Amino acid sequence: MGALLIYSLLPLFWLFVNSTKTQAELLNSFGLWFSGPNALWDNIVATVTYNDGVFVRWFGNTLLYVVVGAGGATFLAALGGYGLAKFNFPGKKAVFAVVLGAVAIPGTALAVPTFLMFSQMGLTNTPWAVILPSLISPFGLYLIWTYALDAVPTEVLEAARMDGAGEFRTFFTISLKLLAPGLVTVLLFTLVATWNNYFLPLIMLSEPTWYPLTVGLKQWSAQAQTVGGDVIYNLVITGSLLTIVPIIVAFLFLQRYWQSGLASGSVKA
Amino acid sequence: MTTLSTLPPSGQTLQSPRKQHVQKRDWTGWKFIGPFMIVFALVLIAPVLYSIYLSFFKDQLVGGNSFVGFENYAQALSDPKFWESMGRVTLFFVVQVPIMLGIALFAALAIDSARLHLSSFFRIAIFLPYAVPAVVATLMWGFMYGTKFGLVGNLNDFFSLSIPDPLSSSWVLASIGNIVTWEFIGYNMILFYAALRVIPTDLYEAASLDGANAFRIIRSIKMPALRPAIVIGGIFSVIGSFQLFNEPSILQSLAPNTISTYFSPNMYAYNLSFSGQQYNYSATIAIIVGLITAVIAYIVQNSGSRKEA
Repeated sequence: MGALLIYSLLPLFWLFVNSTKTQAELLNSFGLWFSGPNALWDNIVATVTYNDGVFVRWFGNTLLYVVVGAGGATFLAALGGYGLAKFNFPGKKAVFAVVLGAVAIPGTALAVPTFLMFSQMGLTNTPWAVILPSLISPFGLYLIWTYALDAVPTEVLEAARMDGAGEFRTFFTISLKLLAPGLVTVLLFTLVATWNNYFLPLIMLSEPTWYPLTVGLKQWSAQAQTVGGDVIYNLVITGSLLTIVPIIVAFLFLQRYWQSGLASGSVKA
Repeated sequence: MTTLSTLPPSGQTLQSPRKQHVQKRDWTGWKFIGPFMIVFALVLIAPVLYSIYLSFFKDQLVGGNSFVGFENYAQALSDPKFWESMGRVTLFFVVQVPIMLGIALFAALAIDSARLHLSSFFRIAIFLPYAVPAVVATLMWGFMYGTKFGLVGNLNDFFSLSIPDPLSSSWVLASIGNIVTWEFIGYNMILFYAALRVIPTDLYEAASLDGANAFRIIRSIKMPALRPAIVIGGIFSVIGSFQLFNEPSILQSLAPNTISTYFSPNMYAYNLSFSGQQYNYSATIAIIVGLITAVIAYIVQNSGSRKEA
């Protein structure tokens, strides 16, 4: 287990150590220890000001995609999963079969056709091209579905109906609270998926102004390979550190919720 | 996730009559599932139908867009570049997936057997790489692999070793395997750990009263309970292997000569579209890869549930 711990954390330690180095020290010092003057602050300033602060713009884009994409995906999954768990409706079996079948199709295999379709619809190179596909989380739907079966007692719903509450009112005022641990779990997984999304925005976006952090960082890294390109490895490394800090903080902050949600929702024997 | 058919939640309704009688059969449920299904149709069903449509056409300089039936499929099935990329990802999942799942299983059992404060630290630490974007993970490992200011160069200098260049053509697939393993051990570990947590503890007590030791408990109680989770992890890993794209395409900028434009089927489809403008052929490749993935995922799932019976 000790070896596994080192394996998991060492690359993150490497990233931290090397974001404190200047470009020159990066090339000349041992990778796993600090060397030379601490350049972390200078690197951060250089990262956020390089190219008129394009990194800050990418950060904002990523936030936009995450808030609308992951938030929307969680909301749609909550509504849908709850509907599947608590209502019997015509076509329920068909919904099950279609969602199940679609999950088996590799998402990235769909990206190219989705691009072609979106480009006909004039959606490419707009935030919608990234947000719309992020709104669907079949895993989230499934998780809420199994979670709602037990977490929302039918007696409670019946009592609410007796009191004359509409189905949506019951959902928003009672059921959502009961679903909270499941929702946090879904939110966390969709949040990671949209924050880390690379392939979809890479395909959909051609303007760097709409890039998320991942595509932007890749572009900075590739810059070193082009003739006459500005070599900015220290910015790539510091930018990478700045990219993972918020998501890791979110993870640590929400961990006690998602762990209980996952244990009770996803893997029932 | 592809867990649905292993454990259909609808089956649970049958077990408990309490739940059954409340479900009035009317259209109210559609108000809840409707929004999901509308977006689902737009971003999943429509692209699938559109790519099937595209795969039957060919865009030619002379004659424009014309219907060609299964010609694109015939071309793909005899395309050496396509098969080379399929062979590569097959080798990848045959080697990488068992290693990754094995380590994750070991970690989950170890953490579960010692439910201490330290174990929650282990759990978080091993899970953290999952939160790291594939782009950052690949850039990071790519730098570490590098001979310029990478760790491999450092180690060679310090200890006068001669570790082979991880980005050379004979090692690059293993190096990618290492990155993917690093990213997903934690995810699979959590999946397995969650399955272990739902085993009622009185089962362990009963087993130890019967004189079962720790290994016997793992074999007879924990492994059967883990099987559905292992199947789920296996299916996701197989799908992930066939979709391999991020890691090789990012490493390509660090090692332009060792990673070809058809390194994986997905890179091939991407490059056909975005560098070659061969949209119809690219759609065909995407469909074939999707079909093969679905078949293999189905086989993995079936072999997993057969053992269960």
